[in-house]
Amino acid sequence: MNNNGDFKGYKGEALAALKNFNAPVWSDVEIKTEKGGYKGIILPRSETADQFHIVLKLRSGYNIGVAAKYIKEIKTTGSKEAHYKIPEKEFPYDPVKPRVKLFGTGGTIASRLDYRTGAVIPAFSPGELYGSVPELADYCNLETEKLYGVFSENMGPEQWIGTALAIGREIEKGVQGIVIGHGTDVMHHTAAMLSFMVQNTPVPIVMVGSQRSSDRPSSDAALNLIHAVKTAAESDIAEVMVCMFGPTSDEYGLLHRGTRVRKMHSSYRSTFRTIGDIPIAQVSREKITPLREDYKKRRLDKNVIVNTSFEEKVSIVYYYPNMKPDIIDSLVDNGYKGIVIAGTGLGHVNKPVYPALKRAHEKGVAVYMTVQTLWGYVQMYVYDTGRDMMELGVVPGENMLPEVAYMKLCWALGQTNDLEKVKEIMLTPIAGEITEREPSNGYLIFQGGIPEVEEFISKYRK
Amino acid sequence: MNDFIFKPFEKMTDEDYARIGFKSGLEIHQQLLTDKKLFCRCPARKYTKQYDAEILRHMRPTLSELGEYDGTALMEFKTKKDIIYRIKRESVCTYEMDDTPPFLINEDALDIALQTGMLFNCKIVDELHIARKQYLDGSIPTGFQRTAIYALDGFVPYKNRNVEIIQMSIEEDACREVSDVGHTRIYVTDRLGMPLIETVTGPDMLTPNEAADIAVICSKVVRSTGKVRRGIGAAREDVNVSVKGGTRIEIKGVPRIPDIPLLTYNEAMRQWNLLRLREELKKRGITADSFKADSFDITTLIKIPHYTPLREAVEEGLKIKCVVLRGFKDLLHWQTQTDTYFSREISDRVRVIACLTKIPNIIHSDSKGDTLTSFEWQKIKKASGSSDKDTMVIVWGDERDTETAVKEIIIRAREAAIGVPSETRQALSDGTNGFERILPGADRMYPDTDLPPHEITEERIQALRSSLPAQFWMREEKYKKLKVPADVLSELSISKFAAMFEDAVEKNIDPVFASVVLIHYPKRLKKEGVDISKINDDTFKQLFNFLAEEKIIKEAVYPLLIISSSRQLTEKELPQICTSEEIKRTISESISKFNSLNISVTEKKKNVLMGIVMKRLRGRVEGKIVAANINHILEEVE
Repeated sequence: MNNNGDFKGYKGEALAALKNFNAPVWSDVEIKTEKGGYKGIILPRSETADQFHIVLKLRSGYNIGVAAKYIKEIKTTGSKEAHYKIPEKEFPYDPVKPRVKLFGTGGTIASRLDYRTGAVIPAFSPGELYGSVPELADYCNLETEKLYGVFSENMGPEQWIGTALAIGREIEKGVQGIVIGHGTDVMHHTAAMLSFMVQNTPVPIVMVGSQRSSDRPSSDAALNLIHAVKTAAESDIAEVMVCMFGPTSDEYGLLHRGTRVRKMHSSYRSTFRTIGDIPIAQVSREKITPLREDYKKRRLDKNVIVNTSFEEKVSIVYYYPNMKPDIIDSLVDNGYKGIVIAGTGLGHVNKPVYPALKRAHEKGVAVYMTVQTLWGYVQMYVYDTGRDMMELGVVPGENMLPEVAYMKLCWALGQTNDLEKVKEIMLTPIAGEITEREPSNGYLIFQGGIPEVEEFISKYRK
Repeated sequence: MNDFIFKPFEKMTDEDYARIGFKSGLEIHQQLLTDKKLFCRCPARKYTKQYDAEILRHMRPTLSELGEYDGTALMEFKTKKDIIYRIKRESVCTYEMDDTPPFLINEDALDIALQTGMLFNCKIVDELHIARKQYLDGSIPTGFQRTAIYALDGFVPYKNRNVEIIQMSIEEDACREVSDVGHTRIYVTDRLGMPLIETVTGPDMLTPNEAADIAVICSKVVRSTGKVRRGIGAAREDVNVSVKGGTRIEIKGVPRIPDIPLLTYNEAMRQWNLLRLREELKKRGITADSFKADSFDITTLIKIPHYTPLREAVEEGLKIKCVVLRGFKDLLHWQTQTDTYFSREISDRVRVIACLTKIPNIIHSDSKGDTLTSFEWQKIKKASGSSDKDTMVIVWGDERDTETAVKEIIIRAREAAIGVPSETRQALSDGTNGFERILPGADRMYPDTDLPPHEITEERIQALRSSLPAQFWMREEKYKKLKVPADVLSELSISKFAAMFEDAVEKNIDPVFASVVLIHYPKRLKKEGVDISKINDDTFKQLFNFLAEEKIIKEAVYPLLIISSSRQLTEKELPQICTSEEIKRTISESISKFNSLNISVTEKKKNVLMGIVMKRLRGRVEGKIVAANINHILEEVE
């Protein structure tokens, strides 16, 4: 049962002590030290931790670190290896329920990672998912496929293209809804990318993740997954959406349009917000409540269009005062074909950068302006500086979010190098990334502390 | 054969407890005196029941580090509670709401904790590993408590033996429960995240009184650091009790040490009587394997029940279910604790797990109370095919809850044939206890992946040892030899001024006087309405120095302490010690005034004169010197 010779994560002094006493990880041991004795199981050690301590799980379940330098003897009495296994139960089949496909790409919703052991516990097969979230069977017949096992921040073109193609295949096969488990950090990038790569979908494509990993009792993973599966199975919204908590409470989820959504807090459950517009719908265990009518409706055909064009040499530049032209120059010199600038205010950068922008334009680099205020449109006519910049070839990106404009430029440049055609693709809305108008409730950041806001908040669960 | 019958509490002897194999151990929780909470920067101890916002959460069980599910976790999941947290912004940030990862551990709190570990003669761990201890009752919004073992294997001396201190952990405090009705449990979050230490003793206490004694000793040890919180709820005991053949049962949240003896007595009785109940079942041929029970939906059986709660249930369209416990006749009336019967064990489970919180939540055919009419019981008996040897238990509520209730009734009744189920139980004000939850095990521990291991360096340990107070039992012994009065001895030995006392003694100040100054004077001032919050080591140090240098006399200390309580005292304002000429002059002046009073009795004369003189010379001369002078002068006059 013991992986003999396995000293996972140990190095230096601690490793030497374990080897010296022939006590690999998972050994049940009695350790004698200069300070006294300990009994417990030797656990793997995190690779980022120091080389001086041995991790011991005591009988009480607590872990402690024992300094290797004090150890006089380790006596092995047995071993107990962890066997992480989510109880598996067969996912029930119900002929009247819709078929939903769940793709896993990694991230906290689809797996449980123990960094000490490096063990990824994918709560992912239908059986495992049913074992841990049995409610899923109330909505659908679930099929799962693990596409990738990467952290959110490691998503890249390969994964985006692969996911888009996989979605296309499943739609061809006739699934009635698609759920994509995804890490939350760049979920809005992927949502935007899929919105461009997968067009005219006849079924809901729902991206979902969790802000608290599923190894925590208070995790939002299960409820997010329930909401996402319900949406995929039952909703009539045939778009790429992000489904995450509305409030921080376990109340309801929001369905955000894939091109207007953004992660807005580093750790809150309710981190995803629709920017410059309102979400498509609310979803709870019981019902889906549309908040607007103008979404694309579910269809019975399979006429999906998948276009996985992608140009990697595109960058995003977050402008700051005192920016020097060499930032732009170095991108151009390194062969970048597209630059999205997140400018200040209505879309500005300082004058010293102008020559670099001019040079970029002359070298055939596509340069697009967005706003770092996130809310609002680029408007480059209001001030002379804006007009000057347009003369230099900088194209205003309307109210595309910077990350969305970036993803779209990658996609557009993947299709053509003709800057006029690129411009046509960029400025023609495909999936709501540019809206004609901004409703007044598209910008609501309530200011805490103000009496009327406090009164409102006290009446609803946050 | 458990033929011993429990006597009333007062009549139980040590031999009786030995006979039943009574054992008790403690888990003592003590809040630490820090400015901020343990894993965030919220101010500590700003308690209020007011709140600005509410959050709703649900808890789901998760796997432990070794890949197991915990029994308690699964039980709590069965209850399907809506957990509501009430949030007051001044005391709670997004960390406590579980919307922000933890900040690094509060080092002040850890220092205090480490010192307590040293005082308990523990070995300090080399490296701290923060664990997540699952609590699915919702008492912590994360669903787990961040906790870490920092000390192991200590002891405290007691009688002629040592009581073992198994382990000490530093952890964050939980929410306070506001209410738990039906499927909604409400918590206020103000206490959440307060730094706390938990001290676990061995099961070394052999009588209820010993358990209380050890609680007092442990409390004194931590208080002797001067860095723990006092007041209601700042220290709470969990008391573990078992008897021979029984099970370790944890009674949670005992707020007062004097409650411990009666609570442990009742728990020992409960276990003993449950073991006797098992014997009785065995006699009746009922074992865990042969145990039989059936359940019936009797909602439509009786149209208008005589018993009001059932009648209301019928009117509200709720379900009524009957569980028949085969061969259990009269056993629901089997005594478990003082004035408490086996039916309570069942009712408690139904309340906690099936969320049928409105009491009474069950009735049964062993009950002598006025519930259903005998006609109605007959009807149910017939419908359920019950015999005279059976007991019928009736429960009512909505479909889902009654279904859970029926299962729990059967589970608990069957457990009677096994013995004493592992549970944590709640201390009740009458000295009995009620079911709280299934006893959690080591499976609820999980490493906290949010925080790195934290080395406790040898330098840190050395630095803390150098400022460590002496253990209070050592001090008590020492102070006794110095003839410190009994009424201040115990308090002085754990006082934050104990070091100051020893300092004073070294300066040759009378130990009795010094102990009274340090312990009684502040109390006296407080009683007189003086704010003593500014009185500290420096205040006393200054006064003792003046005294040692003979710049003041003992009598001046109290009035000077009054001045020191509000501002810094300067040497210039010290009362001048009287010269003998001044004493004599003052007495002579006073006599002339006092002669007009025309007092005849000599003794009375002396007292009145003494009063007048002392008033004029207060704090500048010792009373006995004035008295001697008065005696002398009056004798001369006469």
